[in-house]
Amino acid sequence: MTIDPDLQGRSYPAGDSFTVGREAIRDFARAVKAANRAHYDVDAAQALGHRDLVAPPTFAIIVAQRADAQLIADPSAGIDFTRVVHADQRFVHHRPIVAGDELVAELHVDQVRAMGGGAMITTRAEISTVDGERTATTMSSLLVRGEEQ
Amino acid sequence: MTVEFGTLEVGQEIGSATIEITRQDLVKYAGASGDFNPIHWNESFAVGVGLPGVIAHGMFTMGAAVQLVSDWVGDPGAVVDFQTRFTKPVVVEDTTAEPGAAGAVVEVRGVIGALDDAEKTARVDLTVMYGGQKVLVKAQAVVKL
Repeated sequence: MTIDPDLQGRSYPAGDSFTVGREAIRDFARAVKAANRAHYDVDAAQALGHRDLVAPPTFAIIVAQRADAQLIADPSAGIDFTRVVHADQRFVHHRPIVAGDELVAELHVDQVRAMGGGAMITTRAEISTVDGERTATTMSSLLVRGEEQ
Repeated sequence: MTVEFGTLEVGQEIGSATIEITRQDLVKYAGASGDFNPIHWNESFAVGVGLPGVIAHGMFTMGAAVQLVSDWVGDPGAVVDFQTRFTKPVVVEDTTAEPGAAGAVVEVRGVIGALDDAEKTARVDLTVMYGGQKVLVKAQAVVKL
């Protein structure tokens, strides 16, 4: 497979929304060994000023990787997912994600750089509520290894 | 908020943490995150694609490492920016024969790297080590105080 050089600048519109449930926050928090009560106990979260259970700082990866999956699954992009390595990741939170949020993500391909026989692809997911309130911007670099690497 | 911005200094340690990882932890992370790449749970698949064994999700390590910051600041919602590069894989050994034994041990330390008086934010620089090597590079969490 060959990476489409015109991939840079491409966008994928928001797909299905993702409703952030309390159990999803609790399960994700347990999975990253997060002990803060604000992930588990609504009273503890509200005592910190949050509307409901607050998501761990990397929870948005669930939504971001669903958005990335659109790109990876797009046959015209030419990405062999078995050769994808996660190279770097950033989360910018405009406000904390809390239980009850209904989120959508618009994906942008910000940069495509040839690397050896492969490519480094930088994507950005703009995550907002279905009402248009910005919640997070995530940036991921995916290294697609060339055939000989 | 348990941390007072005015008391912080660049270079100050915020603490350290030890993260013990088992393959069961990776299965739990796969389920919670939706990332079911078999390199994180299937030994023969991982070896088949040239890895030394089953490796932790980079996002697992990133997500577990930031708990030091969440615990220090007291409110996980105070982490407004968090980034890292993934440089080395964390290989998680099969310890099913020894229940309770860790398959990998990751050490996390945090130091105040920068302070922004106008924004009242502190940047915590995390050092995340496994087997004597840095597995996360430029791991930086910005907290709003």
